[in-house]
Amino acid sequence: MHHVIESGNVAAAHGVRLSRAQVIAAYPITPQTPLTEKLSEFVESDQLQAEYIPVESEHSALSVCIAASSAGARSFTATSANGLLYMNEQLHWAAGARLPIVMCVVNRGVGAPWTIWNDHQDSISQRDTGWIQLYVCDHQQIADTVIKAFYLAEAVSIPVMVCYDGYILSHTYMPFQVAEKEEVDEFLPRFSPNYALDPLNPANLNTVTLPDCREDIRGEKAPGYMEIRHDLHSDLRRSLDVWTDIEDKFLHKFGRGGSACLEKYQCEDAENIVVCMGSLSYQFRDVVDMLRDRGYSVGVAGIRIYRPFPDQAIREQLSRAKGLLVFEKALSYGNQGALASDIKSVLYSCSSKPFVQSYVLGLGGRQIKTQDLLGAVENFCTGNFAEDNLHWLGLQI
Amino acid sequence: MNENKFCTYKSHSDPGPGDGGRTGSWRVVRPVIDREKCLPCKKNKQTCFICWLLCPDGVVSKTVPPGIDLEYCKGCGICAEECPVGAIEMVEETSIAQEESQDASCY
Repeated sequence: MHHVIESGNVAAAHGVRLSRAQVIAAYPITPQTPLTEKLSEFVESDQLQAEYIPVESEHSALSVCIAASSAGARSFTATSANGLLYMNEQLHWAAGARLPIVMCVVNRGVGAPWTIWNDHQDSISQRDTGWIQLYVCDHQQIADTVIKAFYLAEAVSIPVMVCYDGYILSHTYMPFQVAEKEEVDEFLPRFSPNYALDPLNPANLNTVTLPDCREDIRGEKAPGYMEIRHDLHSDLRRSLDVWTDIEDKFLHKFGRGGSACLEKYQCEDAENIVVCMGSLSYQFRDVVDMLRDRGYSVGVAGIRIYRPFPDQAIREQLSRAKGLLVFEKALSYGNQGALASDIKSVLYSCSSKPFVQSYVLGLGGRQIKTQDLLGAVENFCTGNFAEDNLHWLGLQI
Repeated sequence: MNENKFCTYKSHSDPGPGDGGRTGSWRVVRPVIDREKCLPCKKNKQTCFICWLLCPDGVVSKTVPPGIDLEYCKGCGICAEECPVGAIEMVEETSIAQEESQDASCY
């Protein structure tokens, strides 16, 4: 293990290198990040034995990964913003085909109007594609989570997005530890799918599936579309336990990480708890410290896994609070923050539930000032705020 | 972690006739071969077989006369379009059904 000071993109590239990805397909220009440039350097210099395939679009990048994964290769791609949206059709396909592809989503806002800066609208708008979504808070988590993501994806046969904040994490330099190849080899099992494309053993994959079950050519009952989709959903639900096991195993091996669903700070006795995703939850730790100094009983919980949604962890660990303040860099337009409505829905079955306030902030890279966060949480704690469906923080007009 | 517990159902099947279901039920027009015109029939030998070659579902047999597996023929009409001697006519399934029911009522 050695220490480096590098960008979040380089941290992600180290994670991919240590995971020994075999096929990397990526669209090389905007909205791409230097992550894939670093990977092509690793491949070119033989530090990673992989096929690097530059393609003409993000749709093709994921298509290549779908084909490579079907052929039994550990496959990786990365994108951001409108590039992720351009992949949309293939995102559904990769999940439905149960291919354990890993993708870094470097979170950015989406056009129009054109933006390149950070928010979470790109990945949040892909929440119903059947992919697992993990959100990370710093450079160390980026490098580690990529490795864990391959483990998880291959254990449950579901693709995984590792989402990290554009610019705030992707382009800033921070110290982090880079594991040795041998250590990661001991942790991450080899990719051995039950079936990989084989000319000597041909198969039909994901052909037209009629509404009802029918017999296959051997006379055995084959699943219909609905059974296959039901299986994806129930496996997504069950993958929460697998993810928790992987976090524990990683903690045991490397001595860091271990928060599978919620990463909590000062939450144990907190009356009001801030809930958010990504690097914002670390920024909130300063706010929590300042408010604790002023006598407020507050904490912050970062959601680490957004799909499958950690409903049980939220009910068990957050429902005792008086208030939950959900801060999001994304919006379900015409309703409220997607995370806020998800949290409200899991609390519905609790006998006593916290009041949930939805905040939207930081869209298109709008600066999130610690002072503004402090003011918003303090106003909530003192009851000095207007109860509304969605509170916008940081509007300038 | 038992990896086998996951991914019980996915779309994976062995290639073979009928893997896409009984697609013959989709058909609204049926190819009917006129043996007076069909080249293999007329010459009584293995020849032509353009219908066999171009059928997208592989339901035409390379025999004299050529056979059409109506279990899977979708009635696309490519064989009729491509037959060099116009020996294949696409006949409405409804008229065939009517004829059959009339035949049955005679008894």
